[in-house]
Amino acid sequence: MPKLNMVQAINLALKEEMQRDKDVVVLGEDVGRDGGVFRITEGLLAQFGPDRVVDTPLAESVIVGASIGMAVYGLKPVAEVQFEGFIYPAVDQISNHASRIRSRSRGRHTVPLVIRTPYGVGIKAPEHHSESCEAIFCHMPGIKVVMPASPYYAKGLLISSIRDPDPVIFLESTRLYRLLREEVPEGEYTVPLEKARVVQEGKDVTIISWGFMLHRTLEAVEDIDAEVIDLMTLNPFDEETVYQSVKKTGRVVIVNEAPKTGSFGSEISASIAESAMLYLKGPILRVASCDVVLPLPKLEDYYAPTAERIKKAISEVMKY
Amino acid sequence: MPEKILDSFTVKRLDILDEKGNADEALMPSISNEDIRRFYEMMLLARTFDQRALNLQREGRIGTYASIFGQEASQIGSALALERTDWVFPSFRENGVYIALGHPPYKILQYWGGDERGLVTEKGLNIFPVCIPVATHVPHAAGAAMAVKYRGDEAAVVAYFGDGGTSEGDFHEGLNFAGTFRLPAVFICQNNQWAISVPRERQTAAGTIAQKAIAYGIEGIQVDGNDIFAVYKATRQALERAKKGKGPTLIECFTYRMSDHTTADDASRYRTKEEVDLWKSRDPLLRLKLFMEKKDLWTEEYQKEAEAKARSAVDEAEKKAESVERPDPRDMFNYTYGKLTQRQQQELKDF
Repeated sequence: MPKLNMVQAINLALKEEMQRDKDVVVLGEDVGRDGGVFRITEGLLAQFGPDRVVDTPLAESVIVGASIGMAVYGLKPVAEVQFEGFIYPAVDQISNHASRIRSRSRGRHTVPLVIRTPYGVGIKAPEHHSESCEAIFCHMPGIKVVMPASPYYAKGLLISSIRDPDPVIFLESTRLYRLLREEVPEGEYTVPLEKARVVQEGKDVTIISWGFMLHRTLEAVEDIDAEVIDLMTLNPFDEETVYQSVKKTGRVVIVNEAPKTGSFGSEISASIAESAMLYLKGPILRVASCDVVLPLPKLEDYYAPTAERIKKAISEVMKY
Repeated sequence: MPEKILDSFTVKRLDILDEKGNADEALMPSISNEDIRRFYEMMLLARTFDQRALNLQREGRIGTYASIFGQEASQIGSALALERTDWVFPSFRENGVYIALGHPPYKILQYWGGDERGLVTEKGLNIFPVCIPVATHVPHAAGAAMAVKYRGDEAAVVAYFGDGGTSEGDFHEGLNFAGTFRLPAVFICQNNQWAISVPRERQTAAGTIAQKAIAYGIEGIQVDGNDIFAVYKATRQALERAKKGKGPTLIECFTYRMSDHTTADDASRYRTKEEVDLWKSRDPLLRLKLFMEKKDLWTEEYQKEAEAKARSAVDEAEKKAESVERPDPRDMFNYTYGKLTQRQQQELKDF
C-alpha cells in the first residue's frame, strides 16, 4: 500500500471523488494551473479540465457564495479558501447562507458544499496565514466542522464530507501537510463524520484533541497511560465517545491550537461538566494557545501548545 | 508620449411607454392584446396584495412587511419574461415576482406572518428563498449560473436587488464573477431611489447604475422601471443573450419606492411630499391603463371586473394564510442538518 503524506491523500480523495461523480467540481484561487499553493489540487486541471477545476477571481465571498449557488443547483462544489486567515469575507456567506438555506427553504434546497482551508502555525508565513479559528464555525448550526489529523483520516473524512448533504468546513493543518506519511489505500473508503476515534486506549486520563495538536499530544503522553481521542468532527461532536472515556478515566485534558477563550475546547469542557461531572476526579484542563494576537513566526513556538505544556497539564490533573 | 483613448463607452436607456400611455410602436415588444391585459391584471393583483399586506401588518396579523408599491412594472414585467426553467434569486422585496411566477399569494402572506413554509415553492418553480442580508445572494445567482452552464441546461438565472445593494461587496464580486465566466445570468437592479433613508446619490458617484456593467465587461442598460413594456423587453433580450452564451446583463429598472422601506419605517422623515407626488404621476398601472384605453383594451366595466378578481384572489389568500396551522415547534429541528445530531436528539427529548 502506498505511503502518502496529507497533501497526496487529500489530492487522491479529490481525484477519486471527481472520477466517481461528475457533479464534484473544485474552485478557488490558484487551484487550477498552479495546483493550489500547497499543491493539493495538483494534476486535477489536466485530468478534469477547466470546467471542473476552476481558477476564480481573487474574492473569498464569491468563491463561497457561488459555491452555494452551484450546490443548490445540484453540483457538489469543493471550494478552497487559500488560508483560514482570509476566510472572513466569506463568513457572511457561510453563516448567513450556507448554514441556513436548508432551514430557510424547509428542506426544499440543500447546500452539499465543502470548504477546504489550511489553518494553523508552523510554516513561517506572514501574518494571517497561521490562524486556527475553527470555533467560529462550530457556533453556526447547520455547518459541520471537520479537522483531520493524518493522511489516512484526511482522505476518508474528505470523501465523507463531499458526500454529506450539508455544508462542511474542512480544516487542514499546514504543519501536517508534509509532516508524516502513512498507508493510504487507493480507492473508496470513508471515515464517518460525527464520530471521534480513540487513538490509544488508557485508563488514567482522557486527552481530547484534533488536527495538528493531536501529534503534540501523542508526544506528550509517551510515558503516561492516557486515553487519547481524536475528535475529527468538531461540530457536531461525538459526545458519546468523549463521555464514555471520561467516565472511565475521571480526568480530562483538552488540547487545541486556538486561543483559550471561546475555543472549541471550552465547549467540550462545558459539555463534560454538564454530562459527566460526577465521574471527574479533578478539574478539566484546557491547553490552548495564549489569548494574544497570533505573533509572527519568531515567537510562534511560544504561542501554541507544546508537548511540554501538555505534559504539565497532565501532571496537574494527575494530582487528583 | 501623448495619452491615448483605449476605449470609450456609452450607457443605454430604454423607454417605450410614457406617462400619458403613448407607446413607441417601433420599440414595442411583440405582445398579444391578451398578454397586455394579463400584464395589467397581474400588476393590479400585486398592488391589491401589497395594500392588503400593509393592512394586515397594521392589524398585527402579519409581521414586518416590505411593500412593492410603485415597483409593480419592474417586478411583473421582468418576471413575466422568464421561462419555467429559469432560476430566480430574490431579495426581500420581490412579492410581485413571486406572484407573477405563480407562487400562491397565501404562501407569501404565510412567510411574512413568520412561517418559513411560505417560501417553499412547488417543484419546478425555482425561486430561491428570500434573502435579507443586502446583495449577499448575488454570488448565489452567479454560482447557479455557473452550474447551468456546466450542465449545459437551457436556462438563465436572475437576481433581484436594489440600488443600495449595488454598494455592497457581494454585488461587485457576483457581477465580476459572472462576467469573467460569461455566465447565463441577468442582474436586475430595482433602483427605487432610496435605501431606507439614504438616497441613490449616496450610493455611488456614477451617473447610472447601469454603467457599472461596463467595468465588469458585461451588458448594461437602464430602463424606465415604471414602464412594463421596457422592463419586459429588456429582460427578454437579456435572457436571450444569456441563453445564447453571450454572458450576463445588468438591468437598472429606474423606479420609485412609493411606500416606506418596510412597515417599521417612516419615509416622511427623510423625503418630501413633492418628490412622492411627482412619482405618483409616473405610476406604472396608470400609464398602462391609459395605453389600453387608447387601444380599446380597457373600459370602466373591465376595470371593475379586474379589481373584483384581484380582490377575491387576495381575500382567498388571506383566509387561507390565516387558516394554515402553526408549524409543530419540534419541526424546527428537522431542517438544520439532514439528520438530527446527538445533541439535537437530546434537546428534542428535553423539549
